[in-house]
Amino acid sequence: MTASTRTPYGSRTLTVLAAVALAPVVTLTACAPGSSAPPPAASSAQPSPSSVRTDAAALGNVTLTVWDQEVRGGQAAQMKQLNAAFEAKYPNIKLNRVSRSFDDLNTTLRLALSGNEPPDVVEANNGRSSMGAFVKAGQLRPLDAYAEAYGWKERYPDTVLRYSRYSADGKLFGEGNLYGLPQVGEVVGLYYNAAKLTELGLQPPKTWAEFEAALAKAKAAGQVPLQLGNLDKWPAIHVFGTVQSRDVPAEQIGTLAFGRKGASWNTPENVKAAEHLVGWVDKGYFNKGFNGQGYDAAWQAFGKGEGVFLIAGTWLLADLQQALGEDLGFILPPGATPDAAPVATGGTGLPFAITAKSPNPDAAAAYIDFITSADAMKVLTDTGNLPVADTARQSVPAGPQQDVFTAFGTVTERNGLVPYLDYATPTFADTLGAALQDLMAAKASPQEFLATLEKDYKAFAESNG
Amino acid sequence: MSSRVSEGGRTSTSRPPGEPRRVAYLYLLPAFVVYAAFLLYPIGRAVQFSLYDWDGLSVGRWAGLDNYAAILADEGLRAAFGHALVLIGFYAVGPLVIGLALAAILNHAKVRGLGFFRTVVFLPQVIAMVVVAIAWRRVYAPDGTLNSLLGALGLDSLTRGWLGDYAFALPAVGVVGTWFETGLVTVLLLAGMSRIPADLYEAARLDGAGAVREFFAVTLPSVRGEIAVALTLTVIAALRTFDLVYVTTRGGPGTSTSVPSYEVYHRAFGLSQVGSAAAVGVTLTVVIFAISFGINRFADRRVS
Repeated sequence: MTASTRTPYGSRTLTVLAAVALAPVVTLTACAPGSSAPPPAASSAQPSPSSVRTDAAALGNVTLTVWDQEVRGGQAAQMKQLNAAFEAKYPNIKLNRVSRSFDDLNTTLRLALSGNEPPDVVEANNGRSSMGAFVKAGQLRPLDAYAEAYGWKERYPDTVLRYSRYSADGKLFGEGNLYGLPQVGEVVGLYYNAAKLTELGLQPPKTWAEFEAALAKAKAAGQVPLQLGNLDKWPAIHVFGTVQSRDVPAEQIGTLAFGRKGASWNTPENVKAAEHLVGWVDKGYFNKGFNGQGYDAAWQAFGKGEGVFLIAGTWLLADLQQALGEDLGFILPPGATPDAAPVATGGTGLPFAITAKSPNPDAAAAYIDFITSADAMKVLTDTGNLPVADTARQSVPAGPQQDVFTAFGTVTERNGLVPYLDYATPTFADTLGAALQDLMAAKASPQEFLATLEKDYKAFAESNG
Repeated sequence: MSSRVSEGGRTSTSRPPGEPRRVAYLYLLPAFVVYAAFLLYPIGRAVQFSLYDWDGLSVGRWAGLDNYAAILADEGLRAAFGHALVLIGFYAVGPLVIGLALAAILNHAKVRGLGFFRTVVFLPQVIAMVVVAIAWRRVYAPDGTLNSLLGALGLDSLTRGWLGDYAFALPAVGVVGTWFETGLVTVLLLAGMSRIPADLYEAARLDGAGAVREFFAVTLPSVRGEIAVALTLTVIAALRTFDLVYVTTRGGPGTSTSVPSYEVYHRAFGLSQVGSAAAVGVTLTVVIFAISFGINRFADRRVS
């Protein structure tokens, strides 16, 4: 590494070579990165409903490249089944499926979309740093005309569709054009171990007060009241979101979580929520060393009977049911009274979107319609997924799966879904995740915790206009 | 890499008869083209990106040195560089001390089955870092091996979620580095020590030197070159730690184990701040270059 310093000739040669090497770099600096990409044209040109073609069989021979993240168990099974059915129904359309895990898809999609031949259909994460950024760069096609033609707006509740809506410039999240359509729904609620509750002489809680009483009783009986694994930084976001939606009005959470102007983290209600969570830590409701426990390890421990409650999303249903069987139960976070309107953090699985550069948008839309149709929702149910539409119409055996279906059906019907808090700004998942680790380890006071969040939220909301 | 360059330069001092020296550059060309295409060009592009405010998708906006100014002002990032310095202690200094002792003992005692021990000590190097990290994540888990061990020894008060503990997360990650690098350092030093002529030890012993004196007077000075190589390799490994942090803690708890390489990844792929990520990367490259240059200058001067 330092050999070149030994002889003067060496360093002179090095200079020459360096000059040769840097020459193309110097000429390159003339153009800004990203400027070779074609200008975003498609985003402004919305086709009218009459100009889109919905007759997929008449589209001629088409190959659709689809990137999805349905790699695990029931997710992979439904995708395989639906793709086969689609190709059987439309022999003129060939599917070229590329399947990657969630993390891998997130990191590679960005590059794939900025290329000249991106995939036709992609599963893009709803958040600002994914779908929002793609919309801003004009890489996704607005689907409103297709939604009109296929009647998507009638089949999907608006609280669900808004998770795939952005303004054409990508600035406003939760309103504007529709850029994707999800297959599955998600809601964060309380999993409970029914056997443990019976052991403690308790019923599944109907009110928040009953829930807290159950936690106290479980603690007194030497059980782990709440299982949590927060090593991966984000899991506590769902716990805090659940606590927060008891103390903070739903509209305020919506404004904060969609990163819009006009709300604040520095409110008495948010302080109460943060203190509430710290109170749980102080009372020892969480397992020891939760900040050092992995997320997977935590729910696996719950599956093995460690812990009475687990605050987590419906995506764990299949795995937990396998572990706990009929002992598993699921409820929405209860309100102040048994008949209070339900409020829960939730949303949709990753929506399927069409790229702006796709030469076959009509075929792509037909594909998306097919995998989200009423028949597809049945396939999703049969493979153990939670369909985002027609949830109440599915027949599932009584037990945890029915609990989950009922919960999601109820909360969407009564418009009680509040968005994930980490949607707020491109950096918020990280800010909130780290701040919650600080808060729950008593490294930051509730006020300091909220000040950190407010700083990120305000800076973004102001600059975003 | 650059030694190839200096060989090309040296031909000019004693010009071979009948051959123009420029031909020498021609021989360098194939290797240089590969080197330039896969190393110099990407570095140049990274430097260019670092001067823009770019999200990786839309057209970048010229930002001059703003990204670098932001790095200096960013408290979190300064902390990340600080963590990398702490990791140098675990990755480089620790393995060097342990490696010196181990190698001296193995070499001195002329143990039977030296090859076997050398293999065992070197084994961690053969395993992919991601596998190492996943294994250690299990060891450090609240119900993991380390806590069970402490519990069995009656030290329940010491058990904790190691990777989630603000005081212990960074050292815990560092210990993995020590475990990983010690083998490499030991094997390097063993190779150096086996070259020391036996009569040097004999002479020392005739002068009445004990084992410790012998180590400091004969062994240590003889392996200075190997120490420099070991330090360079391990310091670079410490500064560019990424996989270990990514798999074990993702920079947490809070930001107590974030390191510059993780910040590069996080900014580019998590926050879509490609310009800022490139600036961190370039800064890290400069720091690595400066430190390894320093180590080698130091070692070179002491040798001559």
